[in-house]
Amino acid sequence: MRLVLPLFVAALLVGCSSSAPVEPVAPATAPLPTPAVEAPAAETPERDMAAMEALYWQRRREAMTYTEADVTFMQGMIGHHAQALVMADMARNNGASAAVQRLAARIDNAQTDEIATMQRWLRDRGQAVPEVQIEGYTLTIRMAEPSTEAGNTSHDGMDHGQMDHEGMDHSAMDHGAMDHSDHGGMHGGMDHSGMPGMLTDAQLAELGAARGAEFDRLFLTYMIQHHQGAVVMVDVLFSHDGAAQDDGSFKLASEIRAEQTAEIAMMQLMLDSLTDSTFED
Amino acid sequence: MTRLALALLTLAFLVSPTAFAQGMASADDPRVGLGAGLFDAEEAIWNLRMLSTTPPPEDFIGVTNSDLAFQGNYVFQGNYNGVIIWDVSDPANPELVTEYLCPASQSDVSVYGNLMFVSGEGLGGRLDCGTEGVEERVSEDRLRGIRIFDISDIRNPEYVSNVQTCRGSHTHSVLKDPNDDENVYVYVSGSAPVRPAEELPGCVSADPDEDPNTALFRIEVIQVPLADPASAAIVNSPRIFDDLAPAPRRTTPSPADVRELEEARANGAYIVRMFGQERVIPDRFVTMLLNSVVQQRGGEGEPTEADRVTLRENIQEIAESTFGISAEPREPGDGPQRGPNQCHDITLYPDLGLAGGACEGYGLLLDISDPVRPTRLHAVADSNFSYWHSATFNNDGSKILFTDEWGGGGQPKCRVDDPMEWGANALFTLEDNEMVFKSYYKMPAPQTNQENCVAHNGSLIPIPGRDVMVQSWYQGGISVFDWTDINNPVEIAYHDRGPINAESMGNGGSWSVYWYNGLIVSSEIARGLDIFELAPSEHLTQNEIDAANTVVLTYKNAQGQPMYEWPPSFALLRAYMDQIDRTGAVPAEQMAQGRMMVADAEMAEGAEQRSILNMLAGGASQMASDTPAGRAASRFAETARALASM
Repeated sequence: MRLVLPLFVAALLVGCSSSAPVEPVAPATAPLPTPAVEAPAAETPERDMAAMEALYWQRRREAMTYTEADVTFMQGMIGHHAQALVMADMARNNGASAAVQRLAARIDNAQTDEIATMQRWLRDRGQAVPEVQIEGYTLTIRMAEPSTEAGNTSHDGMDHGQMDHEGMDHSAMDHGAMDHSDHGGMHGGMDHSGMPGMLTDAQLAELGAARGAEFDRLFLTYMIQHHQGAVVMVDVLFSHDGAAQDDGSFKLASEIRAEQTAEIAMMQLMLDSLTDSTFED
Repeated sequence: MTRLALALLTLAFLVSPTAFAQGMASADDPRVGLGAGLFDAEEAIWNLRMLSTTPPPEDFIGVTNSDLAFQGNYVFQGNYNGVIIWDVSDPANPELVTEYLCPASQSDVSVYGNLMFVSGEGLGGRLDCGTEGVEERVSEDRLRGIRIFDISDIRNPEYVSNVQTCRGSHTHSVLKDPNDDENVYVYVSGSAPVRPAEELPGCVSADPDEDPNTALFRIEVIQVPLADPASAAIVNSPRIFDDLAPAPRRTTPSPADVRELEEARANGAYIVRMFGQERVIPDRFVTMLLNSVVQQRGGEGEPTEADRVTLRENIQEIAESTFGISAEPREPGDGPQRGPNQCHDITLYPDLGLAGGACEGYGLLLDISDPVRPTRLHAVADSNFSYWHSATFNNDGSKILFTDEWGGGGQPKCRVDDPMEWGANALFTLEDNEMVFKSYYKMPAPQTNQENCVAHNGSLIPIPGRDVMVQSWYQGGISVFDWTDINNPVEIAYHDRGPINAESMGNGGSWSVYWYNGLIVSSEIARGLDIFELAPSEHLTQNEIDAANTVVLTYKNAQGQPMYEWPPSFALLRAYMDQIDRTGAVPAEQMAQGRMMVADAEMAEGAEQRSILNMLAGGASQMASDTPAGRAASRFAETARALASM
């Protein structure tokens, strides 16, 4: 039941090296779909549908202005969300109440989808993509190298240049180049355990061992802590010049903030009702 | 028992999920398996006719189309690059009237008279409408708030003014108060983070107990003087969420409680003071606490008598740290603010003096009879709801529907295994200004992983005597449903396209769709402007459609709900007749006779016409009762009498 968070090879992390550009990254390398050039007969006489479609995809590529802070946010939030999935998984097996199981199922569904969105966002911009693997309560995150086939219509990217770093002795690595401490709270580079709100190994073990009403109380307490951390991460993102300008980044970060803030309020009410009813049975 | 039994707050999360009557459509639904494409996706359509689909003008292609507003024959379509204005006098061939380039997300747009209002929330919006964005975290060039334009010359909107707000404007609501002809009011709430005070002085992102001037936990009310719109300004920031946190269940224990407590104390029970009241700790928690005492001293095994003494002497402190309780009573507003800190949409229904606020984890019913000072009447929460997004009242205000934009609109929440009560609509009756939950409605056709899909914007269609709504579901298409029977909402028409891209989630689908003077107009995020009309079916007759089309609006805004009123007409009479017929309560022969009389009445004139109409009214009145047929008959009689007196 130990949380395993292997660290990553710094050189692979384009967006995390200390020499990474802070300027918006040129969108030219982004692998969004390139429409077929052969033009079918335009259906509307006065407008050429193929030309419009080409323009559409060109605009979508051009809209990808982003900074290192956006990349760091996406990569970090994937790991952050992944821990929420581990916690949500526990609710199924630890005798959680129906209300907490329902909450956990929704967190699981929502954050799984958001991880996919963030992975797609990174892949579309040719950035290293954290791949999440959960076995039991063990969370492994591996970095998939940026696709070398940038500009290609690679949508899944799962099989592009992914390297397996499992089994490497990360403890001996020099993490200097990955130190995000200057980004306000993302200490320890890609060691996700240093991100705001992340549960420690001990907290995770405590939650994993809890059952029934005690599990409910701990789950709510720790998920509130975890969500509050995500809100901090969004605020850190917004504190950077030029960050969250890209539609996808602004929307995703704002949505995470809004939804998790709402969920914190709901969990706090659930926690209050648990506390209040603790001695009434 | 919990503290949550509040007079003004219904918390549904403590009850188990309501059995879900509505099922997912079968796999042979034509919407399943549609081929992908941007401008050439496969389509499925049922009980609607598509009149036109028009791609955006060149400067707006590839940029998100957002919300719609209507005035006269014009449709105003927001786009993250500005506003597009169409003339839909010929709905089969919308004419591009104006393309106003002025980037800002979400560019939700409203109109009133010669004024147009546009929301700006994202970080790239510029005061000068430039397309270069704003890179700096703090900049005097940034616009986050409301832009105001004069559209007296529809082809040349004139940029009049801005009102900057702390969180920008994600959406907004324009309120024309029936008793105030000198101003309109714009309610603004933002879901994005608060901007730095260096950029807009006074903006603070903090809990209210840390800083009472926080930009969180409030909405902004902007007053726009019609004679001088350039002087528009924020006149109030009401905290409509205050005290939504649970309040103490009671302040003094009952005599029975006191007696039980004293008996327990006499028997040596462990007792703590919790939120102002003494409580007995149940045995299983005593065991837990004793074990922690053993652990604290580094011991093992069973607790000793000394451990019991330690626990008894320190019980209050140990219980407080273990259970997170406090000895002090809770006061309203005590502790962290737990209500929502913003609303997504606020739907205004000025004719009723009510608004529906969809605010984070709550649905709120607001009294807006004083437009500057909206107050909260009631609040609901629902553990099946992730993010309360928008509200729609039925026409007579006896029902309200809230949407849950689970996943924010960018996620595929209509997959075959996504629960039907998540990312859906929740339907409530309104009883003495309290919302009572009845059922959920979700667009029933399963969508792919590549289609963002969740409940989004829509409006009522003025089918007389029925509650019918058309609604956007992003790439889930548009769905028309009837919620007259609030326990059993049912889909009666739809349109859907395949995904934008078969392999990857594209940014597309219907952002919003509204009925406007006989047209059903949809803002397609990627594909442009779609215009439909209703087609008759077993669920909806041509007479009902004709009667709906007698309702004429002069304008319509996304978050403003007009009260539909049907002028007396023969179409209306026939619509009610069809509704009586649909119930099966009246024999076919009798229906045929009635229809003949209606035809006679329409052909007749003067006294003869009045006489037939009064005869029809008299007959129908006798059927009036509190059943679907009886209600339709009563409306029929009322319409016949109104026609007779014209």
